[in-house]
Amino acid sequence: MTEQPTAKSSEVLKLTDVIKTFDQPGGGKLTVLDIPELTIDAGEQMALIGQSGGGKTTLLHLIAGLLTPDSGSVRVAGIELTKLSEQGRDRCRAATVGYVFQTFNLLPAFSAIENIQLGMAFGNRAIDTERAYDLLDKVGLSDRASYRPNQLSVGQQQRVAIARALAGKPKLLLADEPTANVDPASSDTVLDLIIGSCRDENIALMMVTHSMEVTKRFERVEHLDELNRIFQTL
Amino acid sequence: MWLLRIAWRNFCYRSLSSVLTTISLALGVALVVMVLAVFGIVTEAFSRNAQVGYNLVVGPKGSALQLTLNSVYYLSQPIENLPFTEYMEFFDAPARAEMVRKYGGDPALGERDGVYYPMIAGGYAIPLALGDYLGEFRVVGTTPDFFEKLRHGPTLEEPFTMREGRALESYSDDYGYYEAVLGSRVAAHMNLAVGDTFSSTHGDPEGKGHGQKFTVVGVLAPTGTPNDRAAFVNLEGFYLQENHAKPLTGEETIEPPSEAPNDPDGAMPLTIPEREVTSILVRTGMPMMGVVLENQVNESLRSQAAAPVGEIAKLMNAIIGPLLAALLVITLITCVVAAVGVLVAIYNSMNDRRRDIAVMRALGARRGTVTGVILLESFLVALIGALSGWFLAHASIWAFSGEIEDRTGVQVGILTTSAYEWYIFPLVLILAALAGILPAASAYRTDVGTNLAA
Repeated sequence: MTEQPTAKSSEVLKLTDVIKTFDQPGGGKLTVLDIPELTIDAGEQMALIGQSGGGKTTLLHLIAGLLTPDSGSVRVAGIELTKLSEQGRDRCRAATVGYVFQTFNLLPAFSAIENIQLGMAFGNRAIDTERAYDLLDKVGLSDRASYRPNQLSVGQQQRVAIARALAGKPKLLLADEPTANVDPASSDTVLDLIIGSCRDENIALMMVTHSMEVTKRFERVEHLDELNRIFQTL
Repeated sequence: MWLLRIAWRNFCYRSLSSVLTTISLALGVALVVMVLAVFGIVTEAFSRNAQVGYNLVVGPKGSALQLTLNSVYYLSQPIENLPFTEYMEFFDAPARAEMVRKYGGDPALGERDGVYYPMIAGGYAIPLALGDYLGEFRVVGTTPDFFEKLRHGPTLEEPFTMREGRALESYSDDYGYYEAVLGSRVAAHMNLAVGDTFSSTHGDPEGKGHGQKFTVVGVLAPTGTPNDRAAFVNLEGFYLQENHAKPLTGEETIEPPSEAPNDPDGAMPLTIPEREVTSILVRTGMPMMGVVLENQVNESLRSQAAAPVGEIAKLMNAIIGPLLAALLVITLITCVVAAVGVLVAIYNSMNDRRRDIAVMRALGARRGTVTGVILLESFLVALIGALSGWFLAHASIWAFSGEIEDRTGVQVGILTTSAYEWYIFPLVLILAALAGILPAASAYRTDVGTNLAA
């Protein structure tokens, strides 16, 4: 976290020669990702598509610092993640990255407002209750603040998850197929919220999706198959 | 603060499992606290009763502990009896001469001081005659000195007080030699009050009843000592019960009594050769003389002297000390079992919460943070369980405090604690921390990627 940005100041994400492999059950290693370069600028919005099992979620985990690459550089908000300890990556993630999951992943023991506040608490920031309520209002659930996840509809749960991801004022929002589990009507609402919020707060957005309808909402659409050298050598 | 809040929410979210685990821990702690409290009450009861107003108990040769148990606690069987002349050895010549005149006996007894008299100057010697029962309670033949000279209580300064009536007299115009004073528990249990009469049974609770009845003239206020469990009768009346006179050989020199009042039934006190005492409660005028007297009595052929405090200390060391050690081991095992319960409950829930842990990690929580949450949850279960168990135990003890005081004289308040209790809380918390380590380690190792994708 002490490292100063050295890349272009507008770059929120820069991947260079990133290779990620996994151990195979029978021995040996399986290369999942081999990306020469990928950058996203501040406030830029990008959709990432690719075949199932193609490494999209692994790529998001590398960017979030939940996984480390075998080689290469992952720079988020100017910070080189590969040089950080796990604790450092945790801190970096809490400070710079918001994450919206396909399955929402709200913590079931906590109310909607507490789920949003937890996003702040884990980032070692002071709990900004006013912002938490503002976000809940923004996603149209101010009257559901005290509701537990199991008391909310699927669409409402994803809206709370979006508010949670925005709570820490991230520089980069990673969304992993956020509309996959919601009905079409809610899907538009969810997309509107994610895209609109990122635009309003100048947050870079990388959204993984399988839906061509969703990609139409983005000016920049990247195919992982094209970014990933392993597909180019097959 | 958030960690505690998260732990508490997890506790509430899995309320059934959490509550059952906590109850099991609370019951374990309650059991331990109650066992320790009962042990404390027993110890206290024994210890405080060993703090009697007298330094020595003198009785026939035999077990010093048995002598202490039957003379101080009215437990166990009397060893044997001593001749009355042994009791007279604690008095000076004039007092001995008066006894001869009063009861009849060898005039030579009154011509010298008793051999132990110089050592108890300023103190007293009180005879006890045991062997009869009133129901399950011991009948104790003694003199009015018992109520006038003995003291009890924490500072040994409290005289016996009567809840009802008065102390017995050597002889009264109303009841002659047959007056009795009942300990508070005896009166309550036997449903006897001042003015009532009773017959004692000979030898044991099921023994043959004596024909002559004693009249209750007083009921002692509760003392918290074994005296609450005794029926005191006039020594003279005790002697006059059938089969209580020592048979004469015909070789005794007996001067008939000249002072004793005639009983309405014409009975006269037994002569000195016919009298025996079971034991003698002795207090020396100067405490240091107690040791000298004890040695001198123990060097005699017939008698032994025992210091109740020392005998009870030996009993505590020999029996109650190991018992305490055993109880503490049981305590430890109970706490370990409870802690294992906490471990099993939390560990079993880990499968359900791996995803939550992964989500927390994805939101920026460090491994240490999620580990801390699990440990805190274990602590919460331990803390709530330990406090609930402690209150449950003390509320139960308090509910029975009246009965406990009645039976042992030990007063127990809801916040009365034993020293060992204070070890329970840190012990339970440490064990809970240990119990939390395994699930916490599991939380620490939780793979975020795998569990987010699950």
